[in-house]
Amino acid sequence: MCGIISVIDRSRSGMDGSSIKKALSLMDERGSGEGAGYAAYGVYPDYAEYYALHIFYDNLVEPKVAVDEILRKWGHIEDQEEIPTVEQPDLRRTHIPWRYFFKPDISLMPGSRTPDEDIVMKLVMQINTTIPGAIVFSSGKNIGVFKASGWPEAVADFYQIEKYEGYIWLAHNRYPTNTSGWWGGAHPFNLLDWSVVHNGEITSYGTNRRYIESYGYRCTMYTDTEVVAYLCDLLGRKHGLPEDLMVRAFAPPFWDEIDQMPDEQQRLNQAIRLTYGSALMNGPFAIVVATAEGIVGFTDRIKLRPLIAAESGDRLYISSEEAAIRRMEPALDRVWMPKAGEPVIGRVRI
Amino acid sequence: MRKEIVIDADGLHYTPLNKKIRSAVQDGVSQIRIDNVLGQRFIADGLKGEVTITVNGIPGGDLGMFMSGPTVEVFGNCDHAPGNTMDAGEIIIHGSSGDATAHSMRGGMVMVRDDIGYRGGIHMKEYGEHRPVLVVGGNARAFLGEYMAGGLVIILGLQEKRVLPDRGIGSGIHGGEIFIRGDVPERLLGVGAKKAEATEEDKARIIPFIRQYAERFSVDPSRLIEDGYTRITPASGRPFANKYTWE
Amino acid sequence: MSLGSVPMKFKVRIDTDECMLCERCIENCPYGTYRLEGEKIHIDSRRCVACHRCVAMCPRDAITIEEKPIDYRSHPVWSREAREAIYNQARTGKIVLAGMGNAQDLPSIFDRLLLDACQVTNPSIDPLREPMELRTYLGKKPRKLDLHRNDKGDVLLKTTLAPNLRINTPIMIGHMSYGAISLNAQLSMARAVADQGTFMGTGEGGLHPSLRQYQDNMIVQVASGRFGVDIDYLERGAAIEIKIGQGAKPGIGGHLPGEKVGPDVSQTRMIPERSDAISPAPHHDIYSIEDLKQLVHSLKEATEWKKPIFVKIAAVHNVAAIASGIARSSADAVVIDGFRGGTGAAPRVFRDHVGIPIEAAIAAVDQKLRSQGIRNEISIIASGGIRDAADVTKAIALGADAIYIGTAALIAMGCRVCGTCYRGQCPWGIATQIPGLTKRLNPDVEWQHVANLFKGWTLEISELMGAAGINSIESLRGNRDRLRAYLLDEAMMNVLDVKPVGA
Repeated sequence: MCGIISVIDRSRSGMDGSSIKKALSLMDERGSGEGAGYAAYGVYPDYAEYYALHIFYDNLVEPKVAVDEILRKWGHIEDQEEIPTVEQPDLRRTHIPWRYFFKPDISLMPGSRTPDEDIVMKLVMQINTTIPGAIVFSSGKNIGVFKASGWPEAVADFYQIEKYEGYIWLAHNRYPTNTSGWWGGAHPFNLLDWSVVHNGEITSYGTNRRYIESYGYRCTMYTDTEVVAYLCDLLGRKHGLPEDLMVRAFAPPFWDEIDQMPDEQQRLNQAIRLTYGSALMNGPFAIVVATAEGIVGFTDRIKLRPLIAAESGDRLYISSEEAAIRRMEPALDRVWMPKAGEPVIGRVRI
Repeated sequence: MRKEIVIDADGLHYTPLNKKIRSAVQDGVSQIRIDNVLGQRFIADGLKGEVTITVNGIPGGDLGMFMSGPTVEVFGNCDHAPGNTMDAGEIIIHGSSGDATAHSMRGGMVMVRDDIGYRGGIHMKEYGEHRPVLVVGGNARAFLGEYMAGGLVIILGLQEKRVLPDRGIGSGIHGGEIFIRGDVPERLLGVGAKKAEATEEDKARIIPFIRQYAERFSVDPSRLIEDGYTRITPASGRPFANKYTWE
Repeated sequence: MSLGSVPMKFKVRIDTDECMLCERCIENCPYGTYRLEGEKIHIDSRRCVACHRCVAMCPRDAITIEEKPIDYRSHPVWSREAREAIYNQARTGKIVLAGMGNAQDLPSIFDRLLLDACQVTNPSIDPLREPMELRTYLGKKPRKLDLHRNDKGDVLLKTTLAPNLRINTPIMIGHMSYGAISLNAQLSMARAVADQGTFMGTGEGGLHPSLRQYQDNMIVQVASGRFGVDIDYLERGAAIEIKIGQGAKPGIGGHLPGEKVGPDVSQTRMIPERSDAISPAPHHDIYSIEDLKQLVHSLKEATEWKKPIFVKIAAVHNVAAIASGIARSSADAVVIDGFRGGTGAAPRVFRDHVGIPIEAAIAAVDQKLRSQGIRNEISIIASGGIRDAADVTKAIALGADAIYIGTAALIAMGCRVCGTCYRGQCPWGIATQIPGLTKRLNPDVEWQHVANLFKGWTLEISELMGAAGINSIESLRGNRDRLRAYLLDEAMMNVLDVKPVGA
């Protein structure tokens, strides 16, 4: 079932992780204690130009040697360390979370419009599919994902997320269905700039996976949400669709609605459905996607999962439950339920 | 004898909260006020008796589920399915409510000041003396009264700009009736639903509820009573009848 | 020494207690099985093909037909069919001709694939009350969209979409020509597809003038004989299909015997009356893949790039690579016809031994196109032995965009799959041009039966999708996660990219 919550401060003011931790714990009824996680944007200002690679290692010998080698081949490691953690009584440590600040050597990816991203994406796929005992779970600039198997509070305290300040936060309280609660299966899922939290189950996963894999992405986390991050990267970054049209591709209007649109709109929506039919997501879902520029929340076309949005000053909140939002901010200017398939978008002011 | 108690729900899990409510009802308390409610589910779940509960805050889902008798008045928005499978009593919401409001409700009344989410009144049913009523001051989202098997749904549409429920109104409806203020285009009706302008006789059935709404939320009832309503009912009591053939 | 006669295939009996000598069996059997002798109907069982026309028309259910009343000594290698083919060929020295699809007792892959349904973790959708979208577009789709924003901030579409066929249900009727089947059969099917918002193929028999009213729902065929093909014909079709091969007889051509070429067939095929219509094995302007591209381009040029062009091939061993070549030829859809595909007549040795199952072909083609990043270039239409809504659903889950039925549509009009189409005396008025027989098939009645079949299957597909929590057919297409293999070997599962049950 899962609970999700996210917040953006449009003025880029930093928020520490303490209040989102409280909000997420309020939705413990939606989780099972087998996975929780947080993504924060703007947490590594001193390394803003470097890709922050967060990796779960099973040990620091074979997998790490292999990862170090491949990173050095493809670029420069500015810094690396074990992600600071504090042992929690009810959180079983099964991996060692590690982080690198990495700059790819773009001369190694000639002919690409986005060589940095292409190298990092390739490395993520390569490490996750070929190096046993290493899983990259966060790979964006100035972005950090912090996740593990456990209840939201334990995971937050394990990573001490109150010490991080971000202008966007995404958080997820997991009730796993597809896979048992292993650390890699916890949300948020991240690739480059994209982070995703998701409530629901994507019944079109097989179609989406086979579509995205034909573009060189590899699904390795045994769960449906991963594919959303990759679809965002393909449609949003590589194909350049604006967020609203990307969401339109994921949760398009019904044909009978398209048939009633004015000509120009009809043509556009038909083109989206024809071109991106394999990216359409079916089944019940509520999703929030974040990039450095903002957050987008949306649900499936027939609204089988809850999603509430709210505003307070510069801050936009999106969550499974209003109560969770009010745990972060009791005084809200506006609370509303977004329509099925229609995105709620919060962008930072430039 | 009128006894009243106050419960502070701040940080309280729903099980101890409901335990307090139940023991108070057993002690003959007739008025319960719960303050600082935030996200607690199942408030008054399966509760019987004659008691009025005031909820201050934002309750979690399934408020008043299986409830049989009490009145719950919420000052705040409700989450999913308030009045779920409720038998008798009243839920009054000073705010809005989430998806599947009044799901499978068999009796009593749910009255929402503002909007409700998707699938409002889904599979509401009636039996014998039980006849559930859902009154919504604002608007409803898609699939209103889906699968409805009985009872009464009233959508007053009181928002500043008139918005209609989305597609699939009364989809699969095979009992009961839905009233929506104003006209409703045919394309919004679901499979198996038909519409007609409400007659004076029809309206007579909903006017008492309109008056209750107006009184409760201090709105002038005269316009709501004068206006025309669309009545949506089943085209047939057996929407699946034409789907199957014997092997 | 004479080989003697082989045991009769069928034994026909009439229950004389029930028979009222109405003689309907005599009137209905074109093969002369029955004749009246005094107060009794005499039966020549050797003439019977088990078409069941007499059984269907007997008002008293008095007729029983027993199959293989006398069998040979059983032997696992020397089956009845093997022995009889030898007697036949010993006698004639010729190729054995057979009708309908592959008659070998090979396991069906479809039957060993099981579909999924939702329980708890996501809700199944009831298609009666919530939207269920089966609408499908066949044709080339862009790989990505080219958009730009105008000054007002509106997003404008710069990409021009290639012409696509819109179908309301993923089921179409494949190509069965006028000549192979009767005009009444074609008229019934054409009216049905027009009513249901889908399409049928003309086959390589031209387009009879009385079918023009349905031309917006017809796909015209250009096959190796080019019969009936002129610019008027091409312009009338909603799409054009180039037929390279056929699942029932991959690698060989066709032959419509002169006796079927009456005045009307002569007119639509544009060949002289009573002359044989011979479709060569290959198109003699296509000896390689680049020649196919020439024909595709020429057809597009002739019809001003307004119509999708389909290319139909038989599912053969290298089907994936061939389909990939077709995808690069600027064709808009590839039709793959599996080894169970039906036909009026095919050499038995081809029908039963050449080609591969459609299930494996769909899986291989879809995977190949995806691995090359060209799946959007072309639609996949699967055909060959599709029997019911479950087969359709499984074909789509394996990766097809739509399917063609053939035999199933004929069965909806009465065909009993007796497999004797090549005799040209079809008692149901389907595979015949004899006026006395074709008039038995009333298009005003039979179109409804074909349409009903579409409706029933469409409802069932909707239910299966709804149960799987899918409300749009795009999300079923290629969704092999929703299939599981039961009793298929590991190599087969790898080809299909399907997990075993329980996994």
